[in-house]
Amino acid sequence: MNWFTRRLRRLAPQLAALAIILGVISLVAPGFLTVSVQNGRLYGSLIDILVRAAPVALLTVGMTLVIATRGIDLSIGAVIAICGAVAATLISDGYPLPVVIAVSLGVGIACGLWNGVLVAVLDIQPIIATLILMVAGRGIAQLITEGVILTFNDDTFSALGSGALAGIPIPIYLWVGTALAIGLLIRRTALGFLIEATGINRRAASLAGVRARFLLFSAYAISGLCAAIAGMIVTADIRGADANNAGLWLELDAILAVVVGGTSLNGGRFSITASLIGALIIQSINTGILVSGFPPEFNLIIKAGIIIVVLTLQSPAIATVFGFIKATRRGDKLNHGAKEATR
Amino acid sequence: MKTLSGQHALLEARGIGKSFFGIPALDEVDFTLQGGEIHALLGENGAGKSTLIKILTGVYRRDRGTIYLEGNEISPDDVASAQALGIGTVYQEVNLLENLTVAENLFLGRQPRRFGMIDRRTIRDRSKTLLERYGLDIDVDALLSSFSVAIRQIIAIARAVDLSGKVLVLDEPTASLDAHEVKGLFTVLRQLREDGVGIVIITHFLDQVYEIADRVTVLRNGRLVGSRTISELPRLDLISMMLGRELQHITRDHQAEPETIDDRGAPSIQFQNYGKKGSVAPFDLDIRPGEVVGIAGLLGSGRSETAFLLFGIDRADSGTATIDGEQVAITSPEAAIANRFGFCPEERKTDGIVGDLSVADNIALALQAQRGWMRPISSSHKRELADSFIKSLDIRPADRERPIKFLSGGNQQKAILARWLVTEPRLLILDEPTRGIDIGAHAEILKMIEKLCSQGMSLVVISSELEELTAVAHRVIVLSDRRHVAELSGRHLTTDGIIRAIAGTGETEAA
Repeated sequence: MNWFTRRLRRLAPQLAALAIILGVISLVAPGFLTVSVQNGRLYGSLIDILVRAAPVALLTVGMTLVIATRGIDLSIGAVIAICGAVAATLISDGYPLPVVIAVSLGVGIACGLWNGVLVAVLDIQPIIATLILMVAGRGIAQLITEGVILTFNDDTFSALGSGALAGIPIPIYLWVGTALAIGLLIRRTALGFLIEATGINRRAASLAGVRARFLLFSAYAISGLCAAIAGMIVTADIRGADANNAGLWLELDAILAVVVGGTSLNGGRFSITASLIGALIIQSINTGILVSGFPPEFNLIIKAGIIIVVLTLQSPAIATVFGFIKATRRGDKLNHGAKEATR
Repeated sequence: MKTLSGQHALLEARGIGKSFFGIPALDEVDFTLQGGEIHALLGENGAGKSTLIKILTGVYRRDRGTIYLEGNEISPDDVASAQALGIGTVYQEVNLLENLTVAENLFLGRQPRRFGMIDRRTIRDRSKTLLERYGLDIDVDALLSSFSVAIRQIIAIARAVDLSGKVLVLDEPTASLDAHEVKGLFTVLRQLREDGVGIVIITHFLDQVYEIADRVTVLRNGRLVGSRTISELPRLDLISMMLGRELQHITRDHQAEPETIDDRGAPSIQFQNYGKKGSVAPFDLDIRPGEVVGIAGLLGSGRSETAFLLFGIDRADSGTATIDGEQVAITSPEAAIANRFGFCPEERKTDGIVGDLSVADNIALALQAQRGWMRPISSSHKRELADSFIKSLDIRPADRERPIKFLSGGNQQKAILARWLVTEPRLLILDEPTRGIDIGAHAEILKMIEKLCSQGMSLVVISSELEELTAVAHRVIVLSDRRHVAELSGRHLTTDGIIRAIAGTGETEAA
């Protein structure tokens, strides 16, 4: 089996789910798949999905790595608020754009390292460790904005959220570019391999000389970095920092995206691409429900229903049933294989 | 023994067999327990003690064999049905609920009721009378967590006997008790013996076996070695039942030319006065290039602890380590690996394999960790490494992409061995390298050990298989009670020499 077919087989369930969801929406809402060019910029529901997906997609990249280490990062929604507040404050104080971006990214990484200390050094369970910053983070953001929704007027910075380059909205560049860069970092170095080993069996990995602590730190730091980029996009988009609502519950969408993408919460083998398709599935459902004219009250329930279907199809119980049917069909062959394996 | 002839034994198991994933854990094992008997079940790790106990108490289902209780065939499907038949178990980790009171624990799941409500007064009164039988006068309304492990254990025994009453199984009951508490426990056990309860006790403290047991049954590698009355069984014979074959075991050929090994140059790796409080008493160990040092001892004697110290998993609190004359600090596995050490742990599943990763990834793991994350092993190099070791170690199935958890124990062990061989270690520590492995792989691994040392690698081999140690090791360190008590080499290096050293009766040079 070559590399490409293996990849395709891994991503097939997610791609199929995305295609089915887009297909159903286009039946309910004609014109959903149309993409047009106005004033040199691409418009249409599909483009809208790609733009709106930016924050969740970014969070999903970091979350995938954290979950691969057998952890979870609940704090990233709050980190969005913190970094948004930092960016808005610096912009309205008149700092140049590079400084604003560098400081915001730095704050995001610092938040991630804080989680890393709690998880890797103090050995606190990740769900509790990151809950601390999830709760405290919005308080910190409110202190930075001094309790108000801090608005600003800076066209260069707000271009991060609403601008376009060569017809394509800038948020799309940002999340696709970040995902590519981190994906390359993870898979072209040994980081991904070592993270998977640590997530599957931390003790065995440590005994083989893997520096598990360093890997946990990197995963949480990358998660913080991704949240910082998402925070700047959200802030630039609304030209203001809302400490209470920026990125609210987005960490949960990111976890969902990772799970829909087929990465186990027990850590181990992960696929950033599959998680990103998961994020697009979630955003397509969001946008689809809006454009198909359902009463908005139904949104959350429809979304939950679709996700239950996707997850049911992936559940081990279903896999066992299918595996059993397959096994009884080619019983002889399997028995033979089992004998080989025990030799 | 108290039973009259012609009467049925209390519990009798015949021809018990059990396999896990095609690997036999128990094979044709017989076990007979009389009423009013304390029967010790002995054997090393992996001998099949717990499997046998779990079959008798309904945790596992047997593949073959029959079990009789007082002459009637029984087939306990689960713990509850075994309990109902009269077989109760107290595990090492006492299986009671700490956040309930003593009385609640004693009657959990069978609370006497009055008008549909739990009758607290009856529970309290019955608990008090129950515990008085065991010489315990404690506040039964106090939370269980306020009592010591020793008292909790007696409460657990009281519950088990009250619930079941015929057979009591105790798994390592004295592991976390001090001498005084052990005495108290034994008084209780003797009382129960008087009352006609049949008691099965698993322990690795031989002194206690001689103090309390009437009879021992010894298992080894899933087979029955024998069952003897303890008063007719000298300690030396018991140890040889557990570890080796008969004492007249013939010395291996290569032991005939012994002294040559001592001439092999200066020691390359030296541990001096190396030890850790509560783990292993300070010891000296010199390992020369191309030498295989064996470590022998009973379960709990400090064998694995010695390996943990050598590999930096536990930090030594005394002594120094020197390599080629230079002092090194081995404070972590990373530091040990940086000094080109390797370690195949005893617990392959939890400490060795990374189950979901492929064979190729598992083989590459230690080398990748050594190179650091920034210098990845290319996938083509990974494939080459995997393929060459799959071929040279004959790992089956020969599929480098298969997740390692789907391989048999022997093939997993070979893959872990390959993981270290790719790092070209100077010292490889093997903790029970042949445990749970089929015969074919067993021989191959021993052959591999001999080949490696002929290439100049040093090995430390820990094993409870004495024939294995005498076959491959140039020297054997003997441990007893977390202390290095003897070092055997040359013509002294025989299975009976090791057994004598463990029993503390042989002519041995002290380490």
